Amino acid sequence: MSQTPPPVNSFAQMQAGRPTGPLVQGYEVIIGFETHTQLTTQSKIFSRASTAFGAEPNTQASAVDFALPGALPVMNKGAVQRAIEFGLAVNAHIAESSVFARKNYFYPDLPKGYQISQFEIPVVQGGTVEFFLGDEKKAVRLVRAHLEEDAGKSLHEDFIGMSGIDLNRAGTPLLEIVTEPDMRSSAEAVAYAKELHKIVTWIGICDGNMQEGSFRCDANVSVRKPGAELGTRREIKNLNSFKFMQQAIDYEVRWQIEQLEDGHAIQQATVLFDPDTGETRSMRTKEDAADYRYFPDPDLPPLVISREWVEKTRAEMSELPRVMAQRFVSDYSLPEYDAGQLTQSKAVAAYFEAVAAASQQPKLASNWVMGELSRRLNTEDKGIELSAVSARQLGQLISRIADGTISNNAARQVFDALWTGEGSDVDAIIEAKGLKQMSDTGELEKIIDDVLAANAKNVDEVRAGNAKAFNALVGQTMKATKGKANPAQVNELLKKKLG
Amino acid sequence: MSHTDLHDLSVAQLAAKLAAREVSSVEVTQHFLGRIRQHDSLGAFLATDAEISLAQARAADARLAAGERTPLLGVPLAHKDIFVTRDFPTTAGSKMLENYRSPFDATVVARLGVSSGAGMVSLGKLNCDEFAMGSGNDNSAWKPVQNPWDTTRVPGGSSGGSAAAVAARLVPAATGTDTGGSIRQPAALTGITGIKPTYGRCSRYGMVAFASSLDQAGPMARSALDCALLLSSMAGPDPDRDSTSLDLPALDYATDLIAASAATTGTTPLKGLKIGLPTQFFGAGCSADVLKTVRGALAEFEKLGATLVDVSLPLTELSIPVYYVIAPAEASSNLSRFDGVRYGHRAAAYTDLTDMYKKSRSEGFGDEVTRRIMIGTYVLSHGYYDAYYLKAQKIRRLIAEDFQKAFAQCDIIAGPVSPTVAWKIGEKSDDPVANYLADIYTLSSSLAGLPGMSVPAGFGEGGMPVGLQLIGNYFKEAQLLGTAHQFQLATDWHLRRPTGI
Repeated sequence: MSQTPPPVNSFAQMQAGRPTGPLVQGYEVIIGFETHTQLTTQSKIFSRASTAFGAEPNTQASAVDFALPGALPVMNKGAVQRAIEFGLAVNAHIAESSVFARKNYFYPDLPKGYQISQFEIPVVQGGTVEFFLGDEKKAVRLVRAHLEEDAGKSLHEDFIGMSGIDLNRAGTPLLEIVTEPDMRSSAEAVAYAKELHKIVTWIGICDGNMQEGSFRCDANVSVRKPGAELGTRREIKNLNSFKFMQQAIDYEVRWQIEQLEDGHAIQQATVLFDPDTGETRSMRTKEDAADYRYFPDPDLPPLVISREWVEKTRAEMSELPRVMAQRFVSDYSLPEYDAGQLTQSKAVAAYFEAVAAASQQPKLASNWVMGELSRRLNTEDKGIELSAVSARQLGQLISRIADGTISNNAARQVFDALWTGEGSDVDAIIEAKGLKQMSDTGELEKIIDDVLAANAKNVDEVRAGNAKAFNALVGQTMKATKGKANPAQVNELLKKKLG
Repeated sequence: MSHTDLHDLSVAQLAAKLAAREVSSVEVTQHFLGRIRQHDSLGAFLATDAEISLAQARAADARLAAGERTPLLGVPLAHKDIFVTRDFPTTAGSKMLENYRSPFDATVVARLGVSSGAGMVSLGKLNCDEFAMGSGNDNSAWKPVQNPWDTTRVPGGSSGGSAAAVAARLVPAATGTDTGGSIRQPAALTGITGIKPTYGRCSRYGMVAFASSLDQAGPMARSALDCALLLSSMAGPDPDRDSTSLDLPALDYATDLIAASAATTGTTPLKGLKIGLPTQFFGAGCSADVLKTVRGALAEFEKLGATLVDVSLPLTELSIPVYYVIAPAEASSNLSRFDGVRYGHRAAAYTDLTDMYKKSRSEGFGDEVTRRIMIGTYVLSHGYYDAYYLKAQKIRRLIAEDFQKAFAQCDIIAGPVSPTVAWKIGEKSDDPVANYLADIYTLSSSLAGLPGMSVPAGFGEGGMPVGLQLIGNYFKEAQLLGTAHQFQLATDWHLRRPTGI
């Protein structure tokens, strides 16, 4: 009796053991991503024209970008370098030899009539993006990341009855990063996109500017009853903000479920999200799909990457956020949550490490960076590199908390003074504002005695076991010291005297 | 020597006269411009501009006056219209590029030219089959080219204008391009010498692309020595512009060749050279007059000391379908840029974008180009790719391997270039397959990327020239040129001239 083996790499097999996400009206949501990241090279992927954004139309396009007769592409090594760095950042395989192919179609902003991309053999193969969704650790597997050139832009607004073509963007290097359909909710999809954004900006291969199109996500979305066959997917194109990303996927999921519940089948389609209406609408269906007639580009030999090149890159790459977060947990004994937050960007991580080094108080440093500092930065919509309080100043401030010189409350006042520029030296501010905690036990004891004498009723209640009354006494003491007493010390002395 | 004889001089002789200041580049240029005007009816030229050519000649004379003595300085030539040029229009023989002017020079043009290169003066642009697709030059959108040996016959193609101009002594030398035989076949049919180097030897930058994995530039002149002089300047790496250009320095082919022939004394300078004759090149497909002439030339090689051995290239016949899958596939994609959007022909009236594409391309491309775009699109289509394109690529590799097996037994492979002498203009116009079949002896070495040349070997039917093909192993241009040079020292076929011109 023979049995047909299950097909290799079937969806079911790939998804075996993966948890089902939160169900929506009884449906499981399945999401895969394709992200076009624009690489930070100075010049284009196959020409020497500049990649800078925002120039006058057609001023940053060479003979190659205009596809003039006789022009030929020459690979930009910097783009390959960045692909290698990405591959290493996500633990992927860097292909020793990958192949550029031509994707043939006609469109006015595609000057050659084909796009040079990688098809059968991409430069980056496999890999994983790991991140936290709340407390839950997630791992989204990558299928591939391949190098390709961007197209130009059609300008329909400025010309009556005609269209303009701007080829400045044509030939801009892109790394297209493709995931397995591993995500199970819009929240997970956004968390993945944010993590990917963090990785590519952290390693510096992409500036991450979503408004300018440097980081463009397409989401493949389908729904199915748990355990059922994979549903037909629709691809939402060009999601260029995290907010729209979640809205678009949520809308799309609801729309697909509604269709299925009404007894309609989902047609494979490419859709666009309209932020004004909050809806997705179909651009083209599978029937319109072009035959791209891919074939290896005879103008470009296979892209050969030596082991030496990969290893040299590995050695020269800075610590990755994932690795750095692990180090923060083990070296600074920070909770994983803190470590994750502090490694959101290289600048934040560097700032935190400087504060921790200056204060020798990593947990306090973490609290201040994630708390007061980040609140202030958010309020003023500033990045940490523009912080009015330097890491050295904050470190000094934290040292003064740790050695008992000032209370937390007083520290906030000092921080405020640093932030507004009222002062620049922590100790001088403490001195000027008279914020030093009372360290003379004798003086404090005298004040406590006065408080106890004046609050005989509370003292009786404390002795009767009323904790509230104890707190009231603490409060009175602090008031009497104008907040300069160390609350812990007050607690201790009160307990001694009442105990 | 009077100026009327200047056109009978070889490149090497002209260069020597210029270097000796016996004649100026301006005088030489004026002389050849006169010849070109006089023989305009041959249809060899698509563009000339006396002012530009003379300005270049003056620049060359200035370099000569300043004491520069380089091997090609001041010698005129003309370029196949496949090479883009700043100074002349470039049409690639197509209506699609009517009046197109390139903002840059092809690498080959720049390397030969006056402003930054070897100092040759450009006399203009030479007619060719549209986008280099054809073997009779009758696919030119502008006009046919006549064979100077019999003006009722084709000069071959696609570098037909180059071949006719050299044979008629309107230019001492010309550039050509060869994708499946487009230098060798017209050279053979007009009795001149031409070499297609190893794929990648000359930069393809600035050659209007036909089939990128096959296209290769090469010189066409009356002798191997003249070809060697030109190739020394044309060849060499171009890594910033053409990723497929070979990372091998150009050699001083001409000096090497002269030194080698000076070193050999006696009557058997080719002693030790083994020439392989593929049995498939000497079969029934080749006409008797061509076979007889080729065998006569081979007998001459034996006299010079070479040994003839039989070799086999069993997939020779398959090179025709393999080539006519791969070349159109690449062409269909390469020619997509001619869409009427940025430059080139755009239809006068259209209803929408698709209509603009359809009308512009239908009007701009001729029949043969359209045919090849359709074939190429078909063989790359979903569901046909594996059966056609992929299969053809596999056989292509086998063809290359067969050559290596043959080269284990010989140094050079020889045979006919074309199965017949030049045919009458219009005779094969309605039969594309007959044209394709006539490429049989040149396609396989093109597919393998090997260097090959055509050397005048005598005359066949109707007194028309016959070419002997020599195919070398990779990078062996010097050996090919040296072998041909020895043959030309012993024979005078390459010095014969058509009457009446």
